[in-house]
Amino acid sequence: MDGTSDAPDGLLTTGDGTPLKTALARATRRAKLKAVVLVLPLLLFVLVTFAVPIGQMLYLSVYSPVFADNMPRLSAYLMANPVTEVPGEAAFEALVLDLKDARKNRTHAQVGTRVNYEKAGSTSLFKSTARRLRKIDGPPYKEKLLALKPAWDDLHLWTVMERAAHRHTLSFYASALDLGYDAKGDLVRAPEERRIYGLLFQRTLLLSALIAGLCLLLGYPVAHLLANLPLKYSNLLMVLVLLPFWTSLLVRTTSWITLLQSQGVLNDLMVWIGIVGDDGRIQLMYNQAGTVIAMTHIMLPFMILPLYSVMKTVPKDFVRAARSLGAGPVTAFVRVYFPQTVPGIGAGVLLVFIISVGYYITPALVGGSSGQLISNQIAFHMLQSLNWGLAAALGALLLGGVLLLYWLYDRLVGVDNMKLG
Amino acid sequence: MNIQRGNEQTSDHAPAPGPSAVAGAGVRFDNVQKSYDGETLVVDGLNLDIAPGEFLTMLGPSGSGKTTTLMMLAGFEPATHGEIFLNDQPINNVPPHKRGIGMVFQNYALFPHMTVAENLAFPLSVRNTPRAEIEAKVARALEMVELPDFGNRRPAQLSGGQQQRVAVARALVFDPALILMDEPLGALDKQLREQMQYEIKHIHANLGVTVVYVTHDQSEALTMADRICVFDKGIVQQLSTPDELYEKPANSFVAQFIGENNRLSGTVKEVSGDECRVDLDGGGTVTALAVNTDGPGSRATLSIRPERVVLAAQDGGSGRGDVPNRLSARVEELIYLGDHIRIRMTVAGRDDFVVKLRNDGTRCPLKAGDETAVGWLAADCRALDPIDD
Repeated sequence: MDGTSDAPDGLLTTGDGTPLKTALARATRRAKLKAVVLVLPLLLFVLVTFAVPIGQMLYLSVYSPVFADNMPRLSAYLMANPVTEVPGEAAFEALVLDLKDARKNRTHAQVGTRVNYEKAGSTSLFKSTARRLRKIDGPPYKEKLLALKPAWDDLHLWTVMERAAHRHTLSFYASALDLGYDAKGDLVRAPEERRIYGLLFQRTLLLSALIAGLCLLLGYPVAHLLANLPLKYSNLLMVLVLLPFWTSLLVRTTSWITLLQSQGVLNDLMVWIGIVGDDGRIQLMYNQAGTVIAMTHIMLPFMILPLYSVMKTVPKDFVRAARSLGAGPVTAFVRVYFPQTVPGIGAGVLLVFIISVGYYITPALVGGSSGQLISNQIAFHMLQSLNWGLAAALGALLLGGVLLLYWLYDRLVGVDNMKLG
Repeated sequence: MNIQRGNEQTSDHAPAPGPSAVAGAGVRFDNVQKSYDGETLVVDGLNLDIAPGEFLTMLGPSGSGKTTTLMMLAGFEPATHGEIFLNDQPINNVPPHKRGIGMVFQNYALFPHMTVAENLAFPLSVRNTPRAEIEAKVARALEMVELPDFGNRRPAQLSGGQQQRVAVARALVFDPALILMDEPLGALDKQLREQMQYEIKHIHANLGVTVVYVTHDQSEALTMADRICVFDKGIVQQLSTPDELYEKPANSFVAQFIGENNRLSGTVKEVSGDECRVDLDGGGTVTALAVNTDGPGSRATLSIRPERVVLAAQDGGSGRGDVPNRLSARVEELIYLGDHIRIRMTVAGRDDFVVKLRNDGTRCPLKAGDETAVGWLAADCRALDPIDD
């Protein structure tokens, strides 16, 4: 009897009658368990420090409880009674009582800020109203409040508050997409002068594509050289490619400022040579040109390394074969060498593009106002306007866009064909 | 020049369909030298005439300069000095794609992003051949290598042997007059390699193209070539037909490199006519053909093929009158190899002396440890240049 035998139902079994598949699964379980244990620390680390916070942050883009938590009476009323006009006494009573509590808890400014996201001027309205609420000590609340602050007689304000009363909201996404609600609560496009995010997204994608294209143009020949030079020269060249990589990002960015500013090295050189006059110095910094130049330089290694790793695997014999078969140097390159490097191009372009789309420091330092990218606006809402919901919505849109591009790339080129090194 | 060779060598072989028979090209190397670093010569003073339609094999150990020579002929390496002629035209300044030389590479170099048919169409399409003609030629080429249904596959979906055939077909499809092959069978297993050797040989015979074939495998060279050019240290050691190379090696390197060889070192005592007497270092004096020696007093290495050695045990130990060279020997080891038995012996102080005994059905008369005698004809023993070992 050998190790395996045929069971009556045709399944292979081991000598003692266990199905072969079961025995195999048992044998490999230990190895799988070992693998899981080995990656567990990193998995937990990433989960706790990265995945969970990001998830929470993204949740903020649809979850905004500040109004509902601090204005419980008014929220209850607004949930029960849809707003079609400025509501009556009951709503104003809830508003005044909630606002008094909020002032006691010092949360009235937060509530005002939340409403202010959708209707400008609300923060100051909430603050000044709360300050003077002592004067209202009994009904009729509506009459007294409107006498005190006529601004409350505004249907738009009430529709905004109605939406804010819901803990879950899509209004941050609406803002991020340059949409807003009109007085009646219908979704409309924001006024022309306030449509900044669409423009920023567009600019971010365009500049990232431009940077990826420039990196490809500049990096392709270098990667080819790297892959084909004798080892001693290619090692030296590789160090030169990687050296900026090891230098601090801030140092590199500030050195670009020194080079590119209007009194900087490059402009001085051009004036000295006589290409431009002293009064015609070219503005290369604090605009889109600055962002593109500095970021192209910073992204180059991300293009060269995947290209190099692919080119390294293309045998020299391919081009030689093409040449011997009658193809000139250009034809051999276009029809034989270039197609072999497409996976590297895909990987490099995708890598540079994705990193550029989310890039923050360099545009912040050298971009001026016209060279700002969407990430700078996200940072602004995170750190200065403290509108985390909008920041999260912008971030989520950015993430979604990148994933969409990745999916498109997978459909067109195939991720399996991509080599990152 | 430009003689149509046709099918004169293939009377026993049906003419294969495929690229049309073309007149082979002649190649001449005129004192060609090649150096990569300016300090050492990889190819040193190469003079070589390759006749139209010839199958010439360049044979040598790695680093002997044979591949470099091939690359110079293909145009991928410039000659440092000297001139290469293709059909009497100097081609040193002709770029590779204008030389019209087909080439088969060691790892086939099939373009992985193209199908087999696209690979075969490549040399035709870069020459702007009309589409209909391309299709016809590709189909014929596929038929020639017996892969008619493989046009739509990718190279990666083929076995090594099939890729090899496609590579050969691609090098032939544009009817070049000269084909270069750089160790094309190196990656195949032994059985497939031997089969492909015959196929390539037959294709060559059918088409009449000139083939320059590089290999380090001497049995492959002996099987396939009209002439073999043996390289070592950048110098052509000998250029002859396979039988002459084996029977009459010009120096010790060739004797050692081609086939199995017994070496005995000694000093030349006297030279008379084309024969000489040599005192062996391990004792004894033998007569040998004076092929490559410097006269009395000089050192020499004797070369004797294992199958030319006569065992005393074979002729009943009486000794044969026509075997003048007789030396005592001790059997060290018997190795059974099917068609023959290899007997390793100690002769004249060397324990790597090998005798081949044909397996004719009788039992081997010797066993390890036996003392016996060996002998050989003077004509089978060549006194060559001395080498250290």
